[in-house]
Amino acid sequence: MPEPIIQIQNLTTRFGDRIILDQINLDIYPREVTVILGESGCGKTTLLKSITGLVTPEKGEIFIFGRPFTESDEKKYKETLQRMGVLFQNGALLNSVTVKDNVAIPLEQHSHLDPELIEKSVAVKLRLVGLTHAMHLLPSELSGGMRKRAALARAIALDPEILFCDEPSAGLDPLSSAALDKLILTLKEQFNMTILVVTHELASIHRIADRIVFLDEGKILFTGTLEDAKSCGIKTVETFFETGSF
Amino acid sequence: MPGKATKKNHLTLDHNGRITVENTVLHIEGMLTHQSIPVLKKTIRKHRKMLVSSIDLAKLKYIDSTGVVFIDWLRKKLFPGAEVRHADAKTQKALETFSSQGVKIPKPPREAGFLEAAGNILVQTWNAFRDILYLTSEIILWSFYGIFTSRGRRKGSVSQQMVLIGSNAVGIVGLLSIVLGLIIALQSAAQLRQFGAGVYIADLIAISMVREMGPMMTAIIIAGRSGSSFAAEISTMKVTEELDALRMMALNPIRYVVVPKFLAISVCMPLLVMLSIILGIFGGFIIGLTYLDLNLVTYFNQTINILEPKDLLIGLSKSVFFAWVIVIIGSYFGFRAEGGAEGVGKVTTSAVVASIFAVIVFDAIFSLIYMF
Repeated sequence: MPEPIIQIQNLTTRFGDRIILDQINLDIYPREVTVILGESGCGKTTLLKSITGLVTPEKGEIFIFGRPFTESDEKKYKETLQRMGVLFQNGALLNSVTVKDNVAIPLEQHSHLDPELIEKSVAVKLRLVGLTHAMHLLPSELSGGMRKRAALARAIALDPEILFCDEPSAGLDPLSSAALDKLILTLKEQFNMTILVVTHELASIHRIADRIVFLDEGKILFTGTLEDAKSCGIKTVETFFETGSF
Repeated sequence: MPGKATKKNHLTLDHNGRITVENTVLHIEGMLTHQSIPVLKKTIRKHRKMLVSSIDLAKLKYIDSTGVVFIDWLRKKLFPGAEVRHADAKTQKALETFSSQGVKIPKPPREAGFLEAAGNILVQTWNAFRDILYLTSEIILWSFYGIFTSRGRRKGSVSQQMVLIGSNAVGIVGLLSIVLGLIIALQSAAQLRQFGAGVYIADLIAISMVREMGPMMTAIIIAGRSGSSFAAEISTMKVTEELDALRMMALNPIRYVVVPKFLAISVCMPLLVMLSIILGIFGGFIIGLTYLDLNLVTYFNQTINILEPKDLLIGLSKSVFFAWVIVIIGSYFGFRAEGGAEGVGKVTTSAVVASIFAVIVFDAIFSLIYMF
């Protein structure tokens, strides 16, 4: 088994008196799509945000690319951030600038490419997500699905080594959802990308998951492959894969 | 004529990638990523006259999507017709998936010319005027009904709005009115004292606070405080589809959301203006007492003698009119909001600016009307 690209050790996150994540230990392996799933409110998004540093955990350590992911060493922290991309649940596009400028931001800020190559590169990313025609539109002029695709184009602008996706299929029609999953698989295969996806869309899980992390009330109930999950002997997990509900 | 490149030329070398030209073959080795490309591109431009018939990728370790765009750029701009050779299966797949060839970058939308822009402004202004008229008539109609029935709005919403608009503003209106009275009195006391006319400070403060400063200052404070909150609340409801939800529940959004504000501000504003007038006069009295040696009885006798019921009527009628202006402008901008948080911010700012502008302009118009 390869060295894990992300290591989470004894991660505990609390909002007020409520423990959201309780002593989580988890390894994420490179070139795999790991799906975090569980009931609403079980801590999936908090886990993703804790890994990406958007939520400060109460206890525990996170190692990304083999080194601690903390803001104490700002240079290394920023360097690590540039090797990661995040697709937020609602896209989180900057509303004041066009789709093209949204996707160009990481390239303009973190590479020394000239405007010609940046424009071409942005066009390629937007073509991948099927949004070339919407290049000059503002996010407010896009539909929900288009906004999500534009956000994905921005997340992969720098060809990150790790891509985090928070409910990528939520609010999308089945065709768009399937197309997005196909793109996620292309990114994994083409660029050896490690992809961490939070979702509970069963169809999507079947299409993309290499590994499953099943969360329940802030604790990991199961980790393993999709096949193992279906016959793991844990009732909640097996029920989910049989019925698609918790 | 392109020059010959028979010798092995090391064009550039960095920790990521390396490009060499040998016998018209451009070899790209190592990593071709967005980090290595700027250096490679800068150097290769100096050697653009070299003859390159093919690009060899046999020793390429890794290529990212920007690398593919770079190779396309080389083949299009620097070495037209150069073919790519010895790309392994993975690189070949990347070249196909991320190829920028054939990607048409749409032109940004054309900007309107002077005449077109002027025409647009004219049409938008007319539309805004028309919309405000419609909105005003609807607000007034439903508010009139609202006086007699509470149907179509949440129970207790008028009193809740009265607390928000009126009670919660008492502190700031009161404090600023005292300060305003102090300032006006301070500015005029020295001049009046020179002519032995110190007692007329009471007249000056009373007339200015009752007819002008009281209503206008209060309206400006309420426009900033409550006008912004009306616009923010309604616009947030619009972008989060709450207004649509109200419509689908067969509820009129104006009746449900705006009418309570309209009724509440119509009651609160004159009361706040009265408070402002009283405290402004009190502020002037402090200066009269401390600087002009006036006593309480003299100051207030002078104040009561100079004021006529008409003055109070003018001040209070203006205050009600300003209150309506604030609600109508706040609601108009709120209903116009588009987009998300950005749209809410924009209309809130516009509402405050437009309300304050309208209050000052209408005050000037009132002053002109009452002069005759």
